[in-house]
Amino acid sequence: MSLPLLLEGLASLFPPERLLTGPAELAVYESDALTSFRARPPAVVLPETGEEVVQTVRLCHEHGVPFVPRGSGTSLSGGSLPLQDGIVIALNRLDRILRIDPEESIAVVEPGVINRRVTEAAAEHGLLYAPDPSSQSVCSIGGNLAFNSGGAHCLRHGMTSNHVLGLKAVLPDGEVVRLGGESLESVGPDWLGLFVGSEGLFGIALEVTLRLVAAPEAVRTVLATYANLAAAGDAVARIVADGLLPVAMEIMDKLAIEAAACVVNGIPDVPALLIVELEGERALVDADAERLDAAIAASGALEARATEDPAERVEIWRGRKSAFSAVGRLSPDYLVQDGVVPRTRLGETLAAIERLSSERGLRVANVFHAGDGNLHPLILFDGAEPGALQRAEDLAGDILRLCVRVGGSITGEHGVGVEKLAYLLELTPPEDVELMCRLRRAVDPAELANRGKALPVADEAMSA
Amino acid sequence: MTAAAQSVGALQEALRTHSRVLPRGAGTKSALSVPADGVTSLDLGGHCGIVDYDPAELTFTARAGTPVREVETALSAERQHLPFDPPWRDATLGGVVAAGTSGPASYRHGGVRDFVIGVDFLDGTGTLVHGGGRVVKNAAGFDLPKLMVGSMGRLGILVALTFKVFPRPEAWTTIRAQSADLESALEQARHLARGPITLDALELEPPGRLWIRVSGPPRTLAPRCERLIRMLDADIERFDGHADARIWSAAREVAWAPAGAAVVKAALTPSRVATLDAELVVAGAARRYSRAATVAWIAWPPQRSLAELDRLLGRHGLTGLALTGPAGSGLLGARTGGAFAHRVRRALDPDDRFPEV
Repeated sequence: MSLPLLLEGLASLFPPERLLTGPAELAVYESDALTSFRARPPAVVLPETGEEVVQTVRLCHEHGVPFVPRGSGTSLSGGSLPLQDGIVIALNRLDRILRIDPEESIAVVEPGVINRRVTEAAAEHGLLYAPDPSSQSVCSIGGNLAFNSGGAHCLRHGMTSNHVLGLKAVLPDGEVVRLGGESLESVGPDWLGLFVGSEGLFGIALEVTLRLVAAPEAVRTVLATYANLAAAGDAVARIVADGLLPVAMEIMDKLAIEAAACVVNGIPDVPALLIVELEGERALVDADAERLDAAIAASGALEARATEDPAERVEIWRGRKSAFSAVGRLSPDYLVQDGVVPRTRLGETLAAIERLSSERGLRVANVFHAGDGNLHPLILFDGAEPGALQRAEDLAGDILRLCVRVGGSITGEHGVGVEKLAYLLELTPPEDVELMCRLRRAVDPAELANRGKALPVADEAMSA
Repeated sequence: MTAAAQSVGALQEALRTHSRVLPRGAGTKSALSVPADGVTSLDLGGHCGIVDYDPAELTFTARAGTPVREVETALSAERQHLPFDPPWRDATLGGVVAAGTSGPASYRHGGVRDFVIGVDFLDGTGTLVHGGGRVVKNAAGFDLPKLMVGSMGRLGILVALTFKVFPRPEAWTTIRAQSADLESALEQARHLARGPITLDALELEPPGRLWIRVSGPPRTLAPRCERLIRMLDADIERFDGHADARIWSAAREVAWAPAGAAVVKAALTPSRVATLDAELVVAGAARRYSRAATVAWIAWPPQRSLAELDRLLGRHGLTGLALTGPAGSGLLGARTGGAFAHRVRRALDPDDRFPEV
């Protein structure tokens, strides 16, 4: 490996203002949204074209230097945490929407395009780009693709992977490939499906073809309040049992509500809050609304309010989606978890989290996608207090082990990154990890692409 | 040669004792399940049964040899269903995933790739590995369930599968809309696809016939159909109850394909239908354009070689997959994946135990 030679090569590829090596310029890139992990890379490059990305990757390959692709840096699992001995390829300037084709209902975009820009561009044609991670106003499509991001509405719409039709990507040795195409149908092995969600280990997407759907005619959002979390959970079970298929079902607990109330007005001060959204054809939404209202009434809600007013709906979702960052108002530091449990085990899991939280003496706020069993416990701690981070991490570990024990997963949508790597190794059968490492090394023998994320690197795997 | 296996151990044993193998489910897709000379057919038909189904979870796990028909019966009893109605109900779940086949109803909620959430499979070294899980959302590890969709038994031997399922609609109805020609039918299909009405299926039977299915609470169907009909400029006929069920049952069995024809599916987009169709007409192929004309189902006449269709699809930049008809490599026309595909395949099957993709 030769970092100096790589830097020399990059200097001939990029003007100085797009090859950052000064400490002040690099400081911004030291971490992503998982701020408890930091590393200063020796250099950051800011390519403006796909070809520059390809050339950069080729140089890294030639000199055996690892690279970390980075979009907006919103990863909550440290997915774009830099390496001290590898460069960062920041993709923000590849931010062109190359094509919106309303006839074929597709959008072709570069990886640095912000999620919400696609949604807005699609809306001009009466179309919708469905994936809506809470960070949608800042997160990039490339990052969404690498981590197969979800969002509140993936209950019915599916994850990012269900909305990516094709891509052009550069593999870790600089070879450029095309996967998938423009059709809704995939034919032959789903290479594209494997690439999406691989946390940058298989290379960098340069052009992404996204599927757009017809914007719904009606959207109805119900906000129901409950005297306790279990009652809100029961309501979700009731809705599912009734055969309804909402696009979103979200629950916030008392602490999360308190946090959201710091930044958004009009959030009711209650122990638990349930948001259910129906969308689609007017006649179907109306028919489902009657049944949904009946189910919520029967579930012992303190109060339920339904709205189709766009401004009110935006406000409700702002409250929900701001909850993560708003928790910062309640505590100097927090860890966000992303475990998944089978839907029927939600109640017992929440009770167990409450127990663990009091045992460890740390507050936990719960905001979660109740419809698909995806929990987001936010563990509050004060990093200035000695040992607090460790206790928070221990509690996070307890929660993840609990999720796996009841048949779930350590991550639903944030990815493994660096943060959950130890848990992946602890909780996944070794032969499954071995196969994934084999796949990774077949594509990237030197393990240059996003080394240290998602999977152990070769010698770590040996000692694990 | 054929070897039958009813357990994972027996499958591993068969993989150890035969140099090259190709799994087979119910054999509904002969082009993918009939082995070439020197390849042993591994019969998974006996490795069947639903392992776990909790309706409250909206997921189930079953062995790969379980027939679709059996799964549908079990789901139906709980008012749930597989929303992508896999073609050929005698097919096994493993065969559906390996062929990547989705039926007309995939128009509404997506195809098999959107519903398979967990896989257990044997890789080429005979190791039992797991991908995905039993929960509907899972970002831990590579998405191996998706990779197995369309893998044609050539990247691994599927042993067990977990699917998410949806509530089953209370009632359906079908509208047949007859237009003058292909162009006009395509235009109407586009109009409907961009429109406000939620459709379960939107199939084009060329030249000018659209089959449109809607579902929902029974009392919503009549007014919605009226609204739908107002959006169309065509001769309309409506089918309810048994008549509706018969239409889609026949569509799922690909009953429209002439006996002896090779059934091929090809991915496309609506704007490519017209030029493709013109050539298929000349070749004498029967065809249907499914999922709002984003997939072509082609019945290629037996007197023509598939090499001809391979070239035809290639010229249009389309990829196809032969499902029935003579055994072969399956894939036709343009290939994607390049070096990525090659490397992934080598990792899963380092000793070439499965036929080439």
